[in-house]
Amino acid sequence: MELSGGQILVQSLKDEGVEYIFGYPGGAVLHLYDAIFQQDDVKHILVRHEQGATHAADGYARATGRPGVVLVTSGPGATNAITGIATAYMDSIPMVVISGQVSLPVIGSDAFQEVDMVGISRPCVKHNFLVKDVTKIAETIKKAFYIATTGRPGPVVVDIPKDITDPKIKVPYKYPKKVSIRSYNPAVSGHKGQIKKAVELLLAAQKPVIYSGGGVVLGEASAELTEFCRLLGYPVTNTLMGLGAYPSTDKQFIGMLGMHGTYEANMTMHDSDVIIAIGARFDDRVTGKLDLFCPYAKIIHIDIDPASISKTVKVDIPIVGEVKPVLEQMMELIKDSKHKPDKTALEAWWQQIDQWRSLQCLEYDRDSLLIKPQYVIEQLYEVTKGDAYITSDVGQHQMWAAQYYRFDKPRRWINSGGLGTMGFGLPAAIGVKLAFPDAEVACVTGEASIQMCIQELSTALQYKTPIKIINLNNRYMGMVRQWQEFSYESRYSHSYMDTIPEFVQLAEAYGHVGMRIDKPEEVRPALEKAFAMKDRTVFLDIITDRTENVYPMIEAGKGHHDMKLRVALGTSIDRELA
Amino acid sequence: MRHIISILIENESGALSRVAGLFSARGYNIESLAVAVTEDPSLSRITLVTRGNEDIIEQITKQLNKLIDVVKLIDLAESDHIERELMMVKIKTSEHTRAEIRSLADIFRGKILDVTPTSYVVEITGPSEKLDAFVAAIEPETIVEVVRSGPTGISRGEKGLHL
Ligand SMILES: Cc1cc2nc3c(=O)[nH]c(=O)nc-3n(C[C@H](O)[C@H](O)[C@H](O)COP(=O)(O)OP(=O)(O)OC[C@H]3O[C@@H](n4cnc5c(N)ncnc54)[C@H](O)[C@@H]3O)c2cc1C
Ligand SMILES: Cc1ncc(C[n+]2csc(CCOP(=O)(O)OP(=O)(O)O)c2C)c(N)n1
Ligand SMILES: [Mg+2]
Repeated sequence: MELSGGQILVQSLKDEGVEYIFGYPGGAVLHLYDAIFQQDDVKHILVRHEQGATHAADGYARATGRPGVVLVTSGPGATNAITGIATAYMDSIPMVVISGQVSLPVIGSDAFQEVDMVGISRPCVKHNFLVKDVTKIAETIKKAFYIATTGRPGPVVVDIPKDITDPKIKVPYKYPKKVSIRSYNPAVSGHKGQIKKAVELLLAAQKPVIYSGGGVVLGEASAELTEFCRLLGYPVTNTLMGLGAYPSTDKQFIGMLGMHGTYEANMTMHDSDVIIAIGARFDDRVTGKLDLFCPYAKIIHIDIDPASISKTVKVDIPIVGEVKPVLEQMMELIKDSKHKPDKTALEAWWQQIDQWRSLQCLEYDRDSLLIKPQYVIEQLYEVTKGDAYITSDVGQHQMWAAQYYRFDKPRRWINSGGLGTMGFGLPAAIGVKLAFPDAEVACVTGEASIQMCIQELSTALQYKTPIKIINLNNRYMGMVRQWQEFSYESRYSHSYMDTIPEFVQLAEAYGHVGMRIDKPEEVRPALEKAFAMKDRTVFLDIITDRTENVYPMIEAGKGHHDMKLRVALGTSIDRELA
Repeated sequence: MRHIISILIENESGALSRVAGLFSARGYNIESLAVAVTEDPSLSRITLVTRGNEDIIEQITKQLNKLIDVVKLIDLAESDHIERELMMVKIKTSEHTRAEIRSLADIFRGKILDVTPTSYVVEITGPSEKLDAFVAAIEPETIVEVVRSGPTGISRGEKGLHL
């Protein structure tokens, strides 16, 4: 079969099993778009901004586990994609980004719409390629998918100069079944000796805790994690990225840990004598001040990326490998071992944990006359029966969604943790809805975040992706305001906008349904009404208590045992501010 | 502590910038960098000198290994090794300093590569400290240029860094 470069690219994507490409055309990719036009196996989703393309592809990838695919033109198309590439990179999301490039002979001449995409993207990709020969396109695409999806996943950029996609130049096409890269061999199973040592330490623990993260979701090891935790009976905490990997409604689950984690999760970490970190990377939002982190614990760490191990926190037993096979190996050893978890110690430990739990650190003022954001999320949870895909933007609303929507399944909670990219939620929701048209998809956002990719409302209409946008409108960049309240004597420097669009009208202008809700008793019926509109995107502009803060909180420079808790319930009611 | 890291890397355009970019992005320092193709034209060898405590060096080697283009690497400081650097020094000469410079070059087993009525170019090879010592022995005002390759290194014994 003889094909042009453009056709080879599209055919390669098809042979790779790609369902959707999220993209935006331009000069350097015209040949590619012409090739897309002439087939309909790979569906193209035309976004309204290239950042939206990357987040939509990212949302698709997070929900399905399959790589997201993006196509952008050279120059501004490529630079617009960078934020989304960096977002995927920080959370280890598999993604392949194809960017057009100016023709080979003019590369380096400051040609029209030329940027050094390989150079610009280098620090935020797992790998990138500049393809210089039409005969190398298929192989490079195969390599890109292989690298993006194996080991620690991540985005891969393939930069394709226009002239090698020329429809007049045809070459034989064959999509490789397999590629091997001599310099790239990600580890799979862990070191047997290390695993054995880890099991011995775990079984001897008096105050153990299981700290699991995004790696469990990425490694499709939720079932194994759940079985592992049940087998041991130890308390489990998840990072923001790990939520859903262990059922949040289970009694062994003690909540998220870290900066806005639960009191019980952080106290359990602090007092523990053995920690097993599973696919989690000891992020600074999780550890708090490093010198104060888990002073009594010996640490086991399972991670596929050796560089994640002992990067910030020194660990005692590192295990480099995939979560799934390593947990399977550990369970076998645990079952065969003549040692069993120390029952008495564990009972005492649980008693202590339950005491921390009894503080009910997530309680909030339920009698408020203003809409409490926490209440909205609880109602969202109930109305969707805890079974929706929830995407979010970045800020207070993100933390409330994480704290109050109890995720029981992996891949249901879709948010930007590592980069914390405002603007992520809406396009990501579109990507999720395309992947699962029958599932409920809601985007929990804030009035500031939603404006960063609001144009994608238009994409949602064109591709009929009915999602529900839950705008927790506190008329503040709440997360910024909260820090200013705590650390800058309430000097709210530029953390609010004097002009906020009329979101109902805005949603309607984009062809969707808009609803404004400003009384607590309206929340439930509005949510029910919105979710009953199966084929419409509904924008719920929910006017919340603008003074509400996210609690608990570990402030900068503090340790896990030193959390700021909500002090007096009900002090933030202020009708006038609403 | 000073470490010499020897890297086998795909001989591809952009590979070197991945290594350099990693060091600047993560705030590691590069004291010197020497690169050339190996006997296998598909591979280049980078010798990189860096400083840092054990934890930093561990992260550096892990992060380098993560680069897809890096095939293999070793930290030469971990074992017995030989280290050499090449230096060329251009020195202003006068009637009465020429003999002195020649004998100094001899002591350092250097070679005089270029001679003009008013200058010498001296080549010295050896461990970096030897090169430092030579420079220190020359009158500073007479030095026109110093060109150093940066150290390269190889481990002693049978074992080596290859595919
Ligand atoms: C406003 C805001 C507040 C935040 N507050 C918190 C907070 O309170 N608590 C919190 O936890 N986070 C919080 N975060 C998120 C935080 O920034 C990090 O993104 C998050 O903690 C990282 O999660 P993780 O450790 O699970 O790692 P991830 O980023 O999910 O990384 C996964 C790890 O698993 C490894 N891995 C991947 N695949 C596999 C596999 N198959 N097998 C083995 N290992 C694998 C990777 O190498 C990596 O080390 C907040 C973010 C924002 C924006
Ligand atoms: C692109 C980007 N710019 C700036 C920030 C810093 N930031 C984090 S949260 C936040 C405020 C978000 O406000 P809003 O979307 O209204 O959410 P809220 O905190 O009020 O729930 C800002 C500005 C960011 N995370 N991303
Ligand atoms: Mg807000």
